Amino acid sequence: MSLNRLKGGQMNASERAPASNRTRAMNGSADSRKYLRNFLLHFRPAAVPERVLHISATWALGVASTTLLAVLVLTGFLLKFVYEPNPTHAYDSIVYLVGDVPYGQLLRNMHRWSGYAILLTAFLHLLRVFYTSAFHAPRQLNWIVGLGLFAAIVLSNFTGYLLPWDQISYWAITISTSMLDYLPWLGPPLKQFILGGTEPGPATLMNFYAIHTAIVPVALLFLLPFHFWRIRKAGGIVIPRGVDEQLPDPLPMARTVPHLVTREIAMVLVVLAALVSASMVFNAPLAEQANPGMSPNPTKAPWYFMGIQEILMHFHPLFAAVVIPLALTAALLCIPWYRFDSRPAGTWFVSRKGRATALAAAVTGFIVTVAAVLVDDLLLSANGQASPGMIQNGLLPFAGVIAFCIAFHFLLRKRFDCNRNEAVQALFTLLMVSFVTLTLIGTWFRGPGMQLTWGG
Amino acid sequence: MTADKLNRRKFLNRVWAGLGIVAAAEAVAFLSGYFSPRKPRYSPTDPGEVFTVGAVDDFEPGTVTAFVRGKFYLARIGNGGFLALSRTCTHLGCTVPWVADEQRFVCPCHASAFDINGDVIEPPAPRAMDLFEVSIENDMVRVDTGRRLKRTAFEASQAVYPEAT
Repeated sequence: MSLNRLKGGQMNASERAPASNRTRAMNGSADSRKYLRNFLLHFRPAAVPERVLHISATWALGVASTTLLAVLVLTGFLLKFVYEPNPTHAYDSIVYLVGDVPYGQLLRNMHRWSGYAILLTAFLHLLRVFYTSAFHAPRQLNWIVGLGLFAAIVLSNFTGYLLPWDQISYWAITISTSMLDYLPWLGPPLKQFILGGTEPGPATLMNFYAIHTAIVPVALLFLLPFHFWRIRKAGGIVIPRGVDEQLPDPLPMARTVPHLVTREIAMVLVVLAALVSASMVFNAPLAEQANPGMSPNPTKAPWYFMGIQEILMHFHPLFAAVVIPLALTAALLCIPWYRFDSRPAGTWFVSRKGRATALAAAVTGFIVTVAAVLVDDLLLSANGQASPGMIQNGLLPFAGVIAFCIAFHFLLRKRFDCNRNEAVQALFTLLMVSFVTLTLIGTWFRGPGMQLTWGG
Repeated sequence: MTADKLNRRKFLNRVWAGLGIVAAAEAVAFLSGYFSPRKPRYSPTDPGEVFTVGAVDDFEPGTVTAFVRGKFYLARIGNGGFLALSRTCTHLGCTVPWVADEQRFVCPCHASAFDINGDVIEPPAPRAMDLFEVSIENDMVRVDTGRRLKRTAFEASQAVYPEAT
């Protein structure tokens, strides 16, 4: 199929393999280039549409994520030679790593910063896929695989967070696993299983170490090639096009080697340069050794769970830690199977109206979230009465959020005459911006005692 | 309806399916056994024990004393009753310090606050602090951290009083 496209596509003179290449003696370098090319073409078609070469087609976020994953695996291999997974020695082994092992601090920084960065690049990649409508058939399954990969990245970050066994990691894991207590029936035994006891201890560290260094990497080893293979099965990535633009036929094509591959290698180098520079300047945080008797003030969850932590400040934990995350995950999983009006794959934000409504939804999400947090905080500190129950603090505000979303959807469909694609996109934007806003509030505007502060 | 008859192919397919179910059951049995050994490798992090914390008169009414090793606070409430409060916040498991100036426990994690009885005075904590069993014999106060009482709110009957002498 790719060969047909190669023949059908228009190629300028320099793209055609010059005859002199074939007649040139097969020296060693040409030979190795051939093998490299043959290897690369297992992952890529021989030619790709010229349009996907532009950086704005994907912002190279998949390449960036894959590069960071490779860095994580390699630095992780090296860290395993120094790190000791038990509470007596874990902290000391990190202190030894950064203090006495040559390049140990750099290695730890690279592992930590690439672990954080891949959360960002994978999240932005998800947004790119969503906003270019790249989840419709035949890419439905790959959307699910992508969500699975994202879950694996989050799990890997979370399990890695405990390993240094310092005050930050110990208490972040304590509050995160305590959320399970609010999951009816299944929660408490699951928490007992994960912790290997009632609070983080040696068994917890063993469990997290096994998940972090064996289970998740092997899961990624299978999921990632599957993810790549599904892109090829779908005929490549979505081809960028303007609103209502018909793709030209035949589509101008370019050879994968060198045109796509050199661009990808450039992105790999940019990511590596940025990562190493950041790792030379900024050290990964390490607090005092874990002390189960004293929670630091403030104790915060890892930054990527700040959104959930901020929801916890306002909702009963059953809703904040269980109902809301499960509902959002289910919604994300269902998106590709919703009955949409069109499949505008490759067009940013569906349509002109889609752009306007997405922007309006983003602004609304930001303002409403900030206002809701402020109002709830002021009301809470104003009455200062005993904790409201699950109905008052959980079911009612949750129903309020659902009602707001339904009203927003209704307004878009009836008042602004949006189609289903535009309405779903606006609703997704509303919730996504709201979650990002909560994450920012939790990270930067919560000071000691979790009070709202400026520049905390 | 000869097609419905059990021929050799169908029979063998069913045997394979049956064997698959048996293999899956074996895997479940193996894994559940492997992950729940009868003798845990590490002793429970909190086995609980009986602490003799002191004489009744050592504790003034209206004061809270911390016992780090037992992971609890001994509170003597205003009317002279004793409560042994678990130091763990009922919200998400942080350790709550007693702030004597404000006469309240304040959780550093999500700003929950509890009064001297362990009752919630600031959410998001959903219920009062857990209690450990207190007993008083011959004017000596004992706390058994192996016996934990979970409760929604403070009730007067939960406080333990020294025998009137």
